[in-house]
Amino acid sequence: MQNETVLRPKKAPKSLLSKGVRDHLVAYSFIAPNFIGFAIFTLVPMFFAFVLAFVKWDGSNPMEFIGFDNFARLIKDTTFHKALWNTIVYTIGVVPFTMAVALALAILLNQRIIARNFMRTVFFFPYVASLVAVAAVWNFIFSPTMGPVNNILHLISGVPIEDLPRWAADKHWAMFTVILFTVWKNMGYYMVIYLAGLQGINSELYEAAELDGAGAWRRFRNVTVPQLAPTTFFVLMILVINSFKVYDIFINLFAGADNQLNDSTRVMVYQIYNTAFRSLDYGYASAMAIVLFLLVLGITIVQFRGEKKYGQ
Amino acid sequence: MNDMVGSNKTIRIGTMVLVYALLAVTVLCMLVPYLWMLSSSLKLNKDVFSFPMQWIPANPRWENFVDIWTKIPLGRFIYNTAKLSVIVTILQLLTSSFAAYAFSKLHFKGKNVLFLGYIATIAIPWQAYMVPQFIMMRSLGLNNTHMAIILLQAFSAFGVFLMRQFYQGVPDELCEAARIDGLSEYGIWARIMLPLSKPALSTLTIFTFVSTWNDFLGPMIYLTKTDLKTIQIGLRMFISQYSAEYGLIMAASVVSIIPVVIVFLALQKYFVQGVAASGIKG
Repeated sequence: MQNETVLRPKKAPKSLLSKGVRDHLVAYSFIAPNFIGFAIFTLVPMFFAFVLAFVKWDGSNPMEFIGFDNFARLIKDTTFHKALWNTIVYTIGVVPFTMAVALALAILLNQRIIARNFMRTVFFFPYVASLVAVAAVWNFIFSPTMGPVNNILHLISGVPIEDLPRWAADKHWAMFTVILFTVWKNMGYYMVIYLAGLQGINSELYEAAELDGAGAWRRFRNVTVPQLAPTTFFVLMILVINSFKVYDIFINLFAGADNQLNDSTRVMVYQIYNTAFRSLDYGYASAMAIVLFLLVLGITIVQFRGEKKYGQ
Repeated sequence: MNDMVGSNKTIRIGTMVLVYALLAVTVLCMLVPYLWMLSSSLKLNKDVFSFPMQWIPANPRWENFVDIWTKIPLGRFIYNTAKLSVIVTILQLLTSSFAAYAFSKLHFKGKNVLFLGYIATIAIPWQAYMVPQFIMMRSLGLNNTHMAIILLQAFSAFGVFLMRQFYQGVPDELCEAARIDGLSEYGIWARIMLPLSKPALSTLTIFTFVSTWNDFLGPMIYLTKTDLKTIQIGLRMFISQYSAEYGLIMAASVVSIIPVVIVFLALQKYFVQGVAASGIKG
């Protein structure tokens, strides 16, 4: 943008450039630094993703256009189906669980309560703490035979440790463990969004309800829930989208190498990553990425319509 | 009458006790993992899993915090992560606020279309185009360079959106007055908009810094050379190499979290405001 201001007078005397053109150049110069980077490193790869989905390519041999073959292969690929299914199971587990906990905490912490700010900080912190580090602690705390969780469960219930869930190491419990961890890690974020929503509710509504003799439950049902609808909708959409993008939680929650990811915990992004960077099947991986994109696009469209409906 | 007031009061007190008990248990669930991390980081491997737990080790093993620096290039990892986080944050703040100024205070052809384009791409998950992006970066010879991470994180559509939302709230009259006083558009951006937008800049700083510091998948794809790795990837590598060195793993985890704890505690207020703002705007 500096070049431009210096060069402009030389190329054309000021009188030849109308004020309108000059204003435009100034405006474009503001956008250019971000837009050029954004266009090259985001827009181009986005476009390229669609092209890549229709080719067969290992990154070194010449690309081969194969039409919809990648998608035909996806339809028959049971591993991918499993990954898609696991992603959906994870989403169904995480979304209502997180929403319920986040809303309950937000309502409690919206009252005049001792140590309110301290608690908000404590609940929010896992969201910013490094995933690798907190996942490592969870792996230790939930480790099947040595970990404190199973030792405490053993003490309380008397069930032999071998019969207790093996958590992340157990294919029946692995998904549940990941969901539990996700809720623990991210609920603080959604709690804050709910808190903001609660604080946006006009307190006169509560006062009016109280005058009408509405108890706490009625006030929650008839004031809080409807007033929070836009927030709830927003939280729901963001949670679903984020659940579809999950990958790092899965590979970090399994102690040791990620080859422990078995059928019950393989998610879509893992499958994309593996197909592209391990099997070097770039075209096929991009076809999976397009499926992910279409799913998220679908959710976004629902959100867009819903927001119009709620008139936010 | 008195009885009724009394029983109401009992119910109220009962509810309060229940609420506090519930909150106390939840707070404990949130805190125990960190306390366990801290406590284990000062123990010998054999003591980490001793049961019942000894929260404060009798002989704290401070050596764990010395040993980790020699077992893995922890200093190198922290330096790499700090470098990337600072550069990405500065670039995002500059380019986002710059573009946001044009989108909110200037008139030009294609403004709405361009802005719509930015918003539309926020919704597209990065995971959907990470593969072509990698191929592109590799053909530019940028894989295994920090430049790759910088380039793919520095020009964020979200940053432009966030800053623009804030600038929309600044009255246009302020800019008009400055124009009449002969200030150029660049001058208005630097001398009026930037100083006014400290809250938005703080929010964007925190989010960018913390997300770059904690980023996992990006560095995992691009940085395979040990020298270049970030703390997250380095810690992950350490955990798989020394999976039985519990004390050391926990010590390294503590170290990796400290910078984020500091940033978080110092700027906590802005964090919460930022999340709240992003929620309301959603």
